[in-house]
Amino acid sequence: MTAAIRAAVDTVLERYRRDPHYLVQILREVQEACDWIPPEAIDRMQEVMRLPRTKIEGVAGFYSFLYTRPRGKYRMLFSDNITDRMQGNMELLEYMCGQLWVEPGKTSEDGLVSIDTTSCTGMCDQGPAMLVNNIAITRLTKPRIDAMCELIRAGAPLSAWPAEFFRVEDNVRREDVMLASEPDPGRALTAALARGADGLLAEIKASNLRGRGGAGFAAGQKWEACRNATGDAHYVVCNADEGEPGTFKDRVLLTSYADRVLAGMTLCAFVVGAKRGFLYLRGEYRYLLDHLQAVLARRRRRNLLGERILGRMGFDFDIEIHLGAGAYVCGEESALIESLEGKRGTPRNRPPYPVTHGYLGAPTVVNNVETFAACSLIARNGGAWYAGIGTEKSAGTKILCVSGDCARPGIYEYPFGVTVREVLADCGAADTQAVQISGPSGICVPAAEFDRRIAFEDLPTAGAFMIFDHSRDLFEVARNFVHFFAHESCGFCTPCRVGTSLLRNMMDKLANGHGSPYDFAEIEKMNRILQAMSHCGLGHSACNPVLDTVAKFRPAYERRLEHDEFKPAFDLDRALTAARQMTGRDDAEAHFDAKWENER
Amino acid sequence: MSSTFTLDGNTIPFTEGQTIIEAAIAANIYIPHLCYHPDFKPHGSCKLCTVEVNGRQMASCTLRAEGGMTVHSATPELNDERRALTQMLFVEGNHFCPSCEKAGDCKLQATAYDLGMMSPHYDHFFPDRPVDASHPELLLDFNRCILCSLCVRASRDVDGKSVFALSGRGIKTRLIVNAKSGRLADTNISVDDKAVHVCPVGVILRKRRGFAVPLGQRVFDLKPISAYVDASAKIDER
Repeated sequence: MTAAIRAAVDTVLERYRRDPHYLVQILREVQEACDWIPPEAIDRMQEVMRLPRTKIEGVAGFYSFLYTRPRGKYRMLFSDNITDRMQGNMELLEYMCGQLWVEPGKTSEDGLVSIDTTSCTGMCDQGPAMLVNNIAITRLTKPRIDAMCELIRAGAPLSAWPAEFFRVEDNVRREDVMLASEPDPGRALTAALARGADGLLAEIKASNLRGRGGAGFAAGQKWEACRNATGDAHYVVCNADEGEPGTFKDRVLLTSYADRVLAGMTLCAFVVGAKRGFLYLRGEYRYLLDHLQAVLARRRRRNLLGERILGRMGFDFDIEIHLGAGAYVCGEESALIESLEGKRGTPRNRPPYPVTHGYLGAPTVVNNVETFAACSLIARNGGAWYAGIGTEKSAGTKILCVSGDCARPGIYEYPFGVTVREVLADCGAADTQAVQISGPSGICVPAAEFDRRIAFEDLPTAGAFMIFDHSRDLFEVARNFVHFFAHESCGFCTPCRVGTSLLRNMMDKLANGHGSPYDFAEIEKMNRILQAMSHCGLGHSACNPVLDTVAKFRPAYERRLEHDEFKPAFDLDRALTAARQMTGRDDAEAHFDAKWENER
Repeated sequence: MSSTFTLDGNTIPFTEGQTIIEAAIAANIYIPHLCYHPDFKPHGSCKLCTVEVNGRQMASCTLRAEGGMTVHSATPELNDERRALTQMLFVEGNHFCPSCEKAGDCKLQATAYDLGMMSPHYDHFFPDRPVDASHPELLLDFNRCILCSLCVRASRDVDGKSVFALSGRGIKTRLIVNAKSGRLADTNISVDDKAVHVCPVGVILRKRRGFAVPLGQRVFDLKPISAYVDASAKIDER
C-alpha cells in the first residue's frame, strides 16, 4: 500500500518537476490517484520537495476539495446555491443519504462513500447539480440518484457511468457580438501582429473595455501599467475561478469559445511582453480540463502559442492550466496568485497590486475570462467599433447568467444598458419578486427597480442574474448567502473569520424562531464591522445580502422577530438531539417542550 | 514633501517606508494591536490596529505613512469596533482568564481591559481544541490561540524551523505543528527559539514556570497595555 502511494506521488512530482509552486496541483493530483491525501503521501512530498510538513498540511487544509482524512471512494458534493435549494437539492441529498445509509457530512462505515454539500458549482441553469469526485453531474432527479446509488454499490468506476449524467448544456439563449460571431482562431492575432503591440494597446484603450469580473477596472490601463512595470518577467493570468454563486458564463465561454479566451490572453502577452500565462480554472470545472488541454495543443500546432507565434521573432508565449480546489476567495486576484504559487489562498496586503507585484512578485495582468474574450473581438474589429456598443460608461456587451424562477434559464448576451425588465421578459419570468444581480456579493433588485440598467453606472455585475418569484422567502435567500460567506471566509482576518460565522448563527437564530428586535440590531451592527474592518472584498461584501434585503424586504425579517424581548439562541430541546440520536429515542418523553416548562 | 502626518491631532514625524503604527510607536503613541510585533514583517490580520485615513479604515501596521495624512485612531467609533473584535476573539476560542497562567501577561486580556470590554457579548463557539502536553518543557494550549501567526513567522523567519503553521480555513483555521504525529514533542522546537517567546496570549507556555511571577505583579497588573506603547518586548521576556 505504502509503495503504491509512493509511486503515485513520485509520478505526480515528476510531472511538476518537484516544484513547490505547483503544490496545489500536486496535492490535487495525488488525491485523484489515492482518493485522499494520506500521511504517507505527505511524507514523500516532504522528502522530495524538501518542504516543511507544516507547509504542505497548511495548504492541504485550506482547500475544500483536498482531504487529509479518508472521504470514501465516491465523494458526492451537492451544489448548495439558493437555486439548487429551489430545485430541491436538500430533499435529494437526504434521499441519497437514506439510500446509502450515510449521514450528511460523514463517510460511510465501509469507507465507500461520503455525501456533503458544496458552494455553487456553476450549473444553476441545469440543477440541481453535484460533483462526484469533482466531476460535475447535472439535472439531478430521484431516478438519477437511484441509478447512481446502484453504480456506487456495484463499485462502478466513473468512466462506466452513463455519459448522460455528465452532460452539461451551454443553454445560450441570446447572442450578441461575442456569442454570435464566427469562431476563427488566429484572426485576432493576425490582426494584432499587423497593428503591433502599441497599436493593439491603443485599440484596447480606445474600446473602453472594463473588466468583466465585476470591479470594472479599465483593461487597457491595466495592460499598460503592467507593460510599464519593471520585473524579471511579466505574466498573464486568466481568472476562471468563477465562484460567485449564480455565475456560469465562463463555463460556456471555456466550453464553446475557448479559442477566443486563449487568443485574448495571447494578445495581452503580446502587449505586456509575457512569456508565460496561466488559466486558473475553478476546481468545480475539472471536467473541462481535457477539453482545454486539447484546445491548447491545437493552438500550439497552429503556431498560435509557443515560440515565434505566427512567425514573429521574439513573440514566445504559452499557457498552463491551474485548477483550483474549492475556495471562492481565490477569485480575488491576489489570493488567486497566492494559490498559483502553491500557497493558501489568502488575499495579500495591497498595495502593491498585481500589475507591479503579482506572480512571483513580477508584473502580472489578471483579467476575467470574458474580458480576454472581448479583447480578441476588439483586436479583430477595432476599439472604436467596440466603444460604440453599450452605454457611454459601459462599452460592449455583457453576458448574463439567468437562473431561478423563469421559463428559459441560461446564457443571455446583451449590449450594456439593458433593463432588468427586458431580461425578465426574454427569459420568461413571471410574478417576479426580486432579482439578485451579481450573486451574493451583488445587489438585490426589487420589482420597483426593474427599469434599472445592467451597466457599471447603475447595476454593475459579474454576470449572475438569479430570479425569485413571489413564492420565495428573501430571508431564506439571504440566509443561504450568509452561510456561503461563512463557509468561504479564508480565516485570515478577525472580523471576517469570526464575524461571518457569528452572522450565520444570528440568521439561524432568527430562522429557528428565537428572534427579537435585539437580534435585528445585532445583525446590523455586525454588518457594519464586516464592511469597515475586513481585509478583502469577501468580508466587505459578506454583509451585502443582509443589508440589501433588510432595506428592501424588511417584512421578510420582521416575520422572523417572533419575540418582543431578547431570547437566547440556545434551545434545550434541540440540544438534546444528539442524546436522542444516541439512544435511538424520539418519543414524547425524550423531548423537552413547553409543557414541561409550565409544569416546572 | 513634508515627512509628518497627523494622528488624532498630534503631528507625527516619520521616515520613508515607515508604517503608521511604527511612526506612532516611535512617537510614544499607542495604537491597539495583537498580531503586530516590531521584530516581524507586518501581517495585518487581527485588525485591532485599524485606523481611519481620509474616511477609509485601514490596518495601521501595513499602511505606509505619507506626508500630510490625517489619521484618526482613538475615536469612540474605532474603539467600539476594536472592542467588538476582542469580543470575537474571546468567543472564538476558550479563554478562561482566572485559570490561565498567562493572566496579567496576556495582550488579549490587557487589550480587552483597556478597551473597556465588560463581557464577551457574542455567543461562545466553544470549539474542541485539545491541549498538547507532549513536549517535556513546553505546553501548547490551543484553546487560547488567536491565529496571529507570530509563532509561525518567528519559527519560519527567525528560527528557520517552520515548527508552526496555520491550517484549515475560515472559522476552522487552526494552528498545527511540524510533525506527522501532530505532537510538539516530535518537532525540533527548542525552548530558546524565538517562536516560544512571541505568543501574545497563553498558547505556548514554558512548563513549571506558570506562576514564577505572582498574579498582581505581572506586566499588565502594573500598568495598562496602552501605557507601554509597545508591550511586545516586555511580554517576550516572560
